Amino acid sequence: MTARETGARPPAGREPVSSLDRARTRAAWLCLAPMLLTLVLVAGWPLARTAFYSLTDAGLSELGGYAFVGLENYLLREDGRWYGVLADGLWWRAVGNTLLFAGVSVFCETVLGVVIALVLDAGVRGQGLMRAAVLIPWAIPTVVSAKMWSWLLHDQFGMVNDLLLRLGLVAAPIAWLADPDLALWSVVAVDVWKTTPFVALLVLAALQMLPRDCYEAARVDGVHPVRVFFQVTLPLIRPALAIAVIFRLLDAMRVFDLVYVMTGATDATVTMSVYARQQLVDFQDVGYGSAAAVLLAAGVALLTVIVLMAARLDLGGGRR
Amino acid sequence: MAALALLAAAGPARAEVRLAISCGALGIELSLCTEGVARWERATGNRVTIISTPNSSTERLALYHQLLSAGADDVDVLQIDVVWPGILARHLVDLAPHVDDAPARHFPAVVAANTVGGRLLAMPWWTDAGLLYYRADLLEKYGRPPPERWSELAETARIVQAGERAAGNPRMWGYVWQGRAYEGLFCNVLEWLAGYGGGTFVDEAGQVTIANARAAEAFRTARGWIGTISPQGVLNYDEEAARGVFQAGNAVFMRNWPYAWALAQGEGSPVRGRVGVMALPVGTDDGRHAGALGGWNLAVSRYSRHPAEAADLVRHLTGADEQKRRAIQASYNPTIPALYDDPEVLAANPFYGRLRPIFEDAVARPSQVAGRRYSRLSSLVWRATHDIVSRGVPAAPRLERLSAEIARLARRGGWGTEP
Amino acid sequence: MRRAGYWLLVSVIAAYLLFPFYYAVVTSLKGGSDIFRVDYWPAAFDFSNYGRVFTEQPFARNIANSLIVAGGSVLVAMALGLAAAFALGRVRFRGRASLLLTILAVSMFPQVAVLSGMFELVRGLGLYGGLAGLVLSYTVFTLPFTVWVLTSFIRELPVEIEEAAIMDGARTWTLMTRIFLPLLWPAMASTGLLTFIVAWNEFLFALTFTLSNQQRTVPVAIALMTGGSEFELPWGNIMAGSVVVTLPLILLVLVFQRRLVSGLTAGAIKG
Repeated sequence: MTARETGARPPAGREPVSSLDRARTRAAWLCLAPMLLTLVLVAGWPLARTAFYSLTDAGLSELGGYAFVGLENYLLREDGRWYGVLADGLWWRAVGNTLLFAGVSVFCETVLGVVIALVLDAGVRGQGLMRAAVLIPWAIPTVVSAKMWSWLLHDQFGMVNDLLLRLGLVAAPIAWLADPDLALWSVVAVDVWKTTPFVALLVLAALQMLPRDCYEAARVDGVHPVRVFFQVTLPLIRPALAIAVIFRLLDAMRVFDLVYVMTGATDATVTMSVYARQQLVDFQDVGYGSAAAVLLAAGVALLTVIVLMAARLDLGGGRR
Repeated sequence: MAALALLAAAGPARAEVRLAISCGALGIELSLCTEGVARWERATGNRVTIISTPNSSTERLALYHQLLSAGADDVDVLQIDVVWPGILARHLVDLAPHVDDAPARHFPAVVAANTVGGRLLAMPWWTDAGLLYYRADLLEKYGRPPPERWSELAETARIVQAGERAAGNPRMWGYVWQGRAYEGLFCNVLEWLAGYGGGTFVDEAGQVTIANARAAEAFRTARGWIGTISPQGVLNYDEEAARGVFQAGNAVFMRNWPYAWALAQGEGSPVRGRVGVMALPVGTDDGRHAGALGGWNLAVSRYSRHPAEAADLVRHLTGADEQKRRAIQASYNPTIPALYDDPEVLAANPFYGRLRPIFEDAVARPSQVAGRRYSRLSSLVWRATHDIVSRGVPAAPRLERLSAEIARLARRGGWGTEP
Repeated sequence: MRRAGYWLLVSVIAAYLLFPFYYAVVTSLKGGSDIFRVDYWPAAFDFSNYGRVFTEQPFARNIANSLIVAGGSVLVAMALGLAAAFALGRVRFRGRASLLLTILAVSMFPQVAVLSGMFELVRGLGLYGGLAGLVLSYTVFTLPFTVWVLTSFIRELPVEIEEAAIMDGARTWTLMTRIFLPLLWPAMASTGLLTFIVAWNEFLFALTFTLSNQQRTVPVAIALMTGGSEFELPWGNIMAGSVVVTLPLILLVLVFQRRLVSGLTAGAIKG
């Protein structure tokens, strides 16, 4: 009990004892080594290769016969015209769509995920089944759930329209996925459905590891539960929440399957990953597609750093 | 394990060849292939393993790209779409020396589609073409003939749709087709253009031909359907989404491939016995009643260690005996015209009589000319079509722009047919 | 009043999350043209789709493959990730922040861009066409995630526990296994579950790195389901397959149930 009480208090800065500290650092690197070696082995080559090919004109069918073209895949001015990924209107459309998609879906998922985690944490009856049920959307393979939703959202024989018509909420069936103004939002709704469980489960773990006493104290003091949440709970789960948001953002920025299965390659929903995939695979332009992939990764990196700063998640320093 | 044991027992003395073929993944497609392959194994003493590939042709092509660009010898014989020979040209073996005069027995258009730069890259296995399905019962009820022209189709669709809606089916629509941004839309557009004499985007010499008044007229016609006889949702329909509406009895006309026939007429189908099928309409007098050419073919990978044996397997599988068996057992449309007169084939598929001229006249996508750039060309066309049909961008100027985009594609590295 | 609102909230959320699954169950019991009809209740209980899923393909084998691959991925990610997270979360050393960011950067590339390189790697290591190749390639996304989440949770653990243990003369190994592991159960269970499901559902690598039906994992096996012809989608079979494959996952959640909730209370008492 004492351990948990003191745990909530920020620890005082401790000066390292040098010999012990060195030993600990050595142990730390020993612990890190297997993970780092695995990552270098598995990710090193594919990533270096992508970065390299983005500077060449390699095609998928003749990967050997490439020429070094510098930054031409990114931007090139020739005969008074701009070429390259950065000069392509469709790319910028994809950037806009992706940012909109990622921003809205991650926001909704976070809010909903926290709500669900709180409900589960509060100890509802049949909690076990609830927890299993919450995971179901996340557990259905994306290729299947995307197709399933495109049928549910079908304008003629889809259940969603049927339900809305029966309830009298709409006068005529809505073309959820064909209407350029609605398509992106429909995909967002499906993504929220699919990945909210991810946030919920991570936040639930954070809630479960919280010291209960703070709540008890607040409850005894008669503080409104909403205030307890914002003033006690939220600050305590902030690191876990930040990580959930970062990984959701990472995935949402790279969204592919969902969009591709539900709406094909239409401009209304094209995302950066769909764009990169078209160039890399469908058009077999490995050089150009790799450039798009590198730009996407750079964008994700930038966003991650912004989120880390906004969440004041301290990576390097001491513990909170 | 069993295969290993067998191999060990046979010993190195027997020089049997082991091949791998990709042909369908599961179900009837797989069992047809397995049987055909087994016959060849018995006849030649060689062994063949079957590699399963995904049902979606996009996924399948991506997998082939991955294997072939690595020069992998994991697959010897590939089942490829009729528009892929140009895309995969440099990875495929010229089959001409291996198949004698066999190509002469197949539909010339299909053989032509499989010939790139004078090399026969694949042998036709089964064919497909876009068709117009109609509700024979409804046309009779409203006294309308099956439409020969797009304008007739639109008028009939409007009349029947209004009548049926008034009679208590608010979900009735006139015409469903494939408007999603994918290869199926390209096929639909190509058919409109053929009906208006608007060309095929790019002619055989590689010249871009899309910026013409007839093509613009075809696009304007299609735009007129949205919201009047076709639901807006059609702009995200693929084959199954369209079939779902038609087969539930909620559409008068449907554009689809021949596969929908057996299903619409199948047991339990609400429209069973009320469906007719015909060639797609034309837009002008000199237009062509053309369905887009589809279908699958067998090719041999350049990285195969046994190209001669692989070509022999292709020759066997695409031969008349195999095609006949496949047509009778599962209605895979033969690419050999003579089989459409075969009494056993006709007994199993009574509607084949009507299909033959449609297959013969099918219009091929410009995949040979565009070669490796075909996928880009196709995706430019989807975008332009969606702009015009869905967003209401004026047709003529948008087609001018499409023309410039396609021309730029051709210039930036040629049409890509070089070996 | 508040209670009613609470239950309303719970039921709305439950409906949103579960309705599509319910639809999958209803659809999996249908055949033929019925799949195009809207039904809120199964008209008949026709289990033939389930039968077909198992007879038309080695689906049991596919499920076993997925279990092996996903289980293997979780074990590898946990083993490597826990050690690394212990170092990153408990030991101060220079370059820690940049190291964490570098690890994260590994999973910033779109999967399709990594595909070709991974293909060459898996072939180069002679793992092509086997499940080991999948386990290896999945570490690209499971490791960064595991390391980050576990690091964050380990860092949240009270310092005093560790200090007390060190005072008692506990060695690093004891510290990790006896002190931290019990406290970390909720984090490990959640991370493990999420990692498991990611590996279970992965499609692109699984499709590209295996070739025969015997080697396929579940998502690929479902994507391979074909109807009588090229375009026909055997929707009933696909839905039946999807329902079947969620069962092992639900079972998994129920098994790890206690681990998800126990946590600090239990751990602190033991410690």
